[in-house]
Amino acid sequence: MTTTHEHTPHHLGERSAMLKVTGLQKIYNGGATAVEAVRDLTFELAEGELVCLVGPSGCGKTTLLKCIAGLMAPTDGTVELAGQPVLSPPPGMAVVFQEYGRSLFAWMSVSDNVELPLKEKKLPKARRAELVAESLAAVGLTEFADAYPWQLSGGMQQRVAIARAVAYEPQVLLMDEPFAAVDAQTRADLEDLVRELWKRLGVTVLFVTHDIDEAVYLGERVLVLSNSPTVVQDDITVDLPAERDQLTTRQDERFTQLRAHVYAQIQQAKKGTTAPAA
Amino acid sequence: MSRTTLGQAQPTPENTHTPSPKADPTEQESPVARTRRRRPGNRGPAGAALRTAHVLLLPAVLIGVYWAFTAQPGAGFYTPTPAAIGTAFVELWFSDRFFVDVLPSLGRLAVGFALAALIGVGLGVLLGLDARVRATIEPVLEFLRAIPPPVLVPLMIMLAGIDDTMKITVIVFGCVWPILLNTVEGVRAVDPVLSDTARCYGITGTTRLRVLILRSASPQIMAGLRLALALAIILMVISEMFASSSGLGFAIVQFQRTFAIPEMWAGMVLLGIIGFVLSSLFELVEGRVLGWYRGLRAAHRGE
Amino acid sequence: MSTATTTAPTPGGTRRPGARARTAPNRPLLGLLGIAAFLLLWEATPRLGVVPERYFPPVSEVLLTLAQRALTAPFWEAVGHTLYGWALGLAIAFVAAVLLGFALGAAPRVRAFTTSTVDFLRPIPSVALIPLAVLMYGTDIRSTLLLVIYACFWLIYIQVLYGVADVDPVAEQTARSYGLGRLARIRYVVWPTTLPYLMTGLRLAAAVGLILSITAQLIIGSPGIGQQITTAQQGNAIALVYAWIIATGILGVVINIGVRALERRVLRWHTSVRGEADT
Repeated sequence: MTTTHEHTPHHLGERSAMLKVTGLQKIYNGGATAVEAVRDLTFELAEGELVCLVGPSGCGKTTLLKCIAGLMAPTDGTVELAGQPVLSPPPGMAVVFQEYGRSLFAWMSVSDNVELPLKEKKLPKARRAELVAESLAAVGLTEFADAYPWQLSGGMQQRVAIARAVAYEPQVLLMDEPFAAVDAQTRADLEDLVRELWKRLGVTVLFVTHDIDEAVYLGERVLVLSNSPTVVQDDITVDLPAERDQLTTRQDERFTQLRAHVYAQIQQAKKGTTAPAA
Repeated sequence: MSRTTLGQAQPTPENTHTPSPKADPTEQESPVARTRRRRPGNRGPAGAALRTAHVLLLPAVLIGVYWAFTAQPGAGFYTPTPAAIGTAFVELWFSDRFFVDVLPSLGRLAVGFALAALIGVGLGVLLGLDARVRATIEPVLEFLRAIPPPVLVPLMIMLAGIDDTMKITVIVFGCVWPILLNTVEGVRAVDPVLSDTARCYGITGTTRLRVLILRSASPQIMAGLRLALALAIILMVISEMFASSSGLGFAIVQFQRTFAIPEMWAGMVLLGIIGFVLSSLFELVEGRVLGWYRGLRAAHRGE
Repeated sequence: MSTATTTAPTPGGTRRPGARARTAPNRPLLGLLGIAAFLLLWEATPRLGVVPERYFPPVSEVLLTLAQRALTAPFWEAVGHTLYGWALGLAIAFVAAVLLGFALGAAPRVRAFTTSTVDFLRPIPSVALIPLAVLMYGTDIRSTLLLVIYACFWLIYIQVLYGVADVDPVAEQTARSYGLGRLARIRYVVWPTTLPYLMTGLRLAAAVGLILSITAQLIIGSPGIGQQITTAQQGNAIALVYAWIIATGILGVVINIGVRALERRVLRWHTSVRGEADT
């Protein structure tokens, strides 16, 4: 990818709020019983930030993500993307789901999968070809452009999904536990790929994960969610150097401290004892 | 169908004797060759001979036995020799009769099948997408599709006479159900993750229908169409057999009633050939439409 | 005809419980509403003169005719004839298809010689045999049986072959390593794997068998529902024709429900394992 992220008209300052979630609440009404999955979530992502969201399993991460993506209407509260309320999937947002095998169109080649959203954006053909080629090159899949997704391994399929998101040129990239279903080594490669793409494109990334190490390694900030009904339990700034490396970063003393901190927060979240500390 | 990483191969009857792709995690990122070579042992001239024998031996034996049986003096009047059937076949169908009797039948078949496909898929998509409408109409549909379609032939004769309308209506009414119900199933089974993905990327309206819903439901739709095709041939024939003045079914019944036995057999053989050719054509189309699906399934099986 | 009939499992994640749960409305109520609307429409259109009554009698008249007929012996005789031809034909086809399917499924080398013949015979429409059946057996029940058996045999046979081919090689090898003999392997490995496929074949064949049983009576004139419909049509008794059509529909529904119940019962113990074969 050679294109750097163009600043949008909504750009107000060096780090203005790109994604703003205010008082988000979601209650599922299942007949007689109502389940409050998300209680009161408020947080912001500055433009160009990479924020990781961790929480105990079953804490409503997926619900939250669906509300942010505009796939689900919250019961209360608002989501704003670059100052605009999100009511349906906004054009400036791309999502990478955990289930790579199910989020790719099995009847289309890799390049068609990447190109399809661009067609819907009504981009001219030449521009589409350019974006497809660039994004596939960025994830290292140029030679598999004509393959079908199911001909590739799991990690490669997830890279196709990432290429598709990147080619879409979103303002915000949402990633919903994208590496939960790939093996450990592939996972490490993909984490570095995300860091690299993020730095190069300047895109705002919200990365949901249940893996504490992953959250600390990837993020500039880590948001810890509480148990369901969910609130923000803690907001931790990751003061690690921008250049991160699977080996050295993970051995860094500061990394270990942060990791321990997040871990403690999550243990507390599971018990559901502490009040929100953000 | 486990959702394991796809790079790993499990031994299956078809690839146990070929080196299977490595299951080593470090190999995960390498593309897995999925060109499925079936039975690699059958190559070379010996293999070719064996394959030819596979295809031709049994039919040759069967025809030979039948021929030997019918060639005996005093063998049944109703079972002419293959030579007699062949002669009758050439005389009958390599003539104007083909255009008078056979082509119109095939035309009605095509029109009826196409209409049924259009109605079945169209309604199926509507019902598949709307749970409310589906729940409302389902019991009635369950009943209508349980009606054996041939019983409509007498009714349609009373309503529409014995013309093309009757025959096409019978075909449409009989064929629409398997298509409709399979389409509903297919549309309902569209993956919610894929559906969400499409929404996120702004794929809506007719594109969504074309790119997501119809393609995703195509395995089920094709299965419905395949059933419908077999049914359409049956209905074409019996609507002509029951009451008609033309068509292949009518001709065959005429031959039988006038004891033109070799001609009757020639008609049956033609019907068999039509059935075979249409189903082969269908398989060809299906192979094109569902190539991705076969690959996907093979990948999930770990072949 | 039978419904969803992809004989093969759909790939990955076929069942996602709860995926659509939130849209599930009150199904039985809506269904009743649908039936009521259907009956009302059928009653109203001829009564309001939208379509002439002589072509489309109101549903009340049709149901009344059906009820009157259902009190007579000939009605049940006709139903009995149809069911007898159907059940006997289906049973013969089932036994033949299972025996042949298992025998050839277990011997792939022999099976390779039969594939071309099967591929050619299978798509031949069974109604092509009607003239031959008439010549050989006249209106005898054997005519009906010939058609029903021919149509049903292939449906079941093909499913058995699919099923036998689907046997997990690991399970087969495990059974072998524990010294299970050929018969024991068929009993404990092949048969359970094949059963869901077999039930799918039976379900398809049951529906097709009814169609052919009635077709034989319609065209050949063997006694049964088909022949009754022909008589009614020739006598221009339109309400009676409709009544018989309703009766065949009910018969079809009953057979469908019956076969599905059987399927569930037979597969109860391993639907969790192989539930997808039913899709």
